[in-house]
Amino acid sequence: MITKKRYERPVIKKLESNMPNKFGTRTEYEPVLHLDDVPVKDLISKYGSPLFVVSERKIRKNYQAAKQAFETRYPRVQFAWSYKTNYLNAVCNIFHQEGSWAEVVSGFEYDKAINNGVPGNNIIFNGPDKTEQDLRKAITNNSLIHIDHLDELYMLQEIAKSTKQKPRVAIRVNMDTGIYPIWDRFGFNFENGQAWDALNKIMFSGTMELVGLHTHIGTFMLSPNAYAVAATKLANLAQRLQQKYDHEIKYIDMGGGFASRNTLKGAYLPGTDTNPSIDEFAEAITSALINSDFRPKNPPLLILETGRALIDDAAWLLGSVIANKRLADGRRSTIIDIGVNILFTAFWYAHKITPAQKFTSYTEETVIYGPLCMNIDIIRDNITLPLLNKGDQIVAHHVGAYNMTQWMQFITLRPKVVLIDQNSKVHVIRNNETLQNLMELEAVPTHLATFDL
Amino acid sequence: MNLKNNIAISDSGFVFNPASGESFSVNPIGLEMLNHIRQGQSIEEIVNSIEKDFQVEKSVIERDLHDFIDMMSQYHLIQNEEE
Repeated sequence: MITKKRYERPVIKKLESNMPNKFGTRTEYEPVLHLDDVPVKDLISKYGSPLFVVSERKIRKNYQAAKQAFETRYPRVQFAWSYKTNYLNAVCNIFHQEGSWAEVVSGFEYDKAINNGVPGNNIIFNGPDKTEQDLRKAITNNSLIHIDHLDELYMLQEIAKSTKQKPRVAIRVNMDTGIYPIWDRFGFNFENGQAWDALNKIMFSGTMELVGLHTHIGTFMLSPNAYAVAATKLANLAQRLQQKYDHEIKYIDMGGGFASRNTLKGAYLPGTDTNPSIDEFAEAITSALINSDFRPKNPPLLILETGRALIDDAAWLLGSVIANKRLADGRRSTIIDIGVNILFTAFWYAHKITPAQKFTSYTEETVIYGPLCMNIDIIRDNITLPLLNKGDQIVAHHVGAYNMTQWMQFITLRPKVVLIDQNSKVHVIRNNETLQNLMELEAVPTHLATFDL
Repeated sequence: MNLKNNIAISDSGFVFNPASGESFSVNPIGLEMLNHIRQGQSIEEIVNSIEKDFQVEKSVIERDLHDFIDMMSQYHLIQNEEE
């Protein structure tokens, strides 16, 4: 019997010798066939495409590495899982099993943490929007309330007076750490004295227990030194509290914002090569604290609310090729079933995309579009990929942070999320949406119930 | 649809247009199509001949062949009958 040869679509590529590229373009033709020993093909055939895949193994590994990076440099360290980064219960519980507290920024997230079984005194409540009801609950549960503005401070005071409870509080401090933009919308400013003023108000009121100082200087920070500046400024406030009130704070919370290994759009080199490691952030923060003038009897607990850096590379998004098209200017475009509605981070990252089957070494420069009938639905503006055919499968990397929370139900329904456990067993941790799910929330007035066309 | 006369094609898929000095690379299927075009075969003949050797449906070959020919025109490697 004559076996026919494998077909690949024809491609012709102009050889350019006059346009040197200092860095070269990276060709992603090394296929990714397995994730944590599970074949990509099996995952898609069983759970559908697109599909989010989370690795329990990688989450635990990332957490343990981060913990070690800080604990080898500072005596008392506590991580608090940033719920907004990924609040799927299974994901949160992996972090809680590892020892993380919960860091939440809304009443909804607060309730989610409580439902997951996190003790109230291990929940850090951040954010500008805490209702009176939220605050009452947090006070009763003895949670750590990080005050964002004076209106919140006064509300807390009133609740404390009327209920005779003493809330455990910290203030969020914003500051100039030498980076741009300065995040000054959350908390109280260090340089103009707002922060010191707020601390004095708390100390004088006597209705609250000032337990900590908190900052969160920005997001996807590429400069560890900015954290050193921030830690020094918080230590300075702690020292002033000690001098003026003989009051020792129990913890310093440095927030999160550490860059993951993703590649920002417009970056020359991949983030895996250039972004600082967790050790560099740990070194900057702990050195600044240890070397500060703050001399407590007991070193304050160092709290970290790292989200992105612990989960980004622990999840993938699998998808399939819908079609190939030639654009008017001759460029190749490939349409896949992953849109910006579920891969929200495609707006600022050049996500690494790799094929999930073997290919020859021939490649083409391609634009990758999502399936939405919207001009903004672009996954990669320009990527060199092997010759993908309709039905071929691809893997988008580093999608663990923010996508499974910021995604939206828009045009298509959101897909399943599966977790591969440490024994490579696959579990569905969030089901796909159905039309029924969405219809349940809607109501049609009777006069609009029928029509004739 | 004719390949321009003086276009040089090597067995390894290297294509050179002496008129413009431009060079190109094609993959094995592209090379096969290019050779068929050079022999003056029609679209239908090319599709049939490729379908015989490769594991693929005719509709796919036809779609890809049209796309390939468009790219060749864009690179000025093909001249139409009236040129």
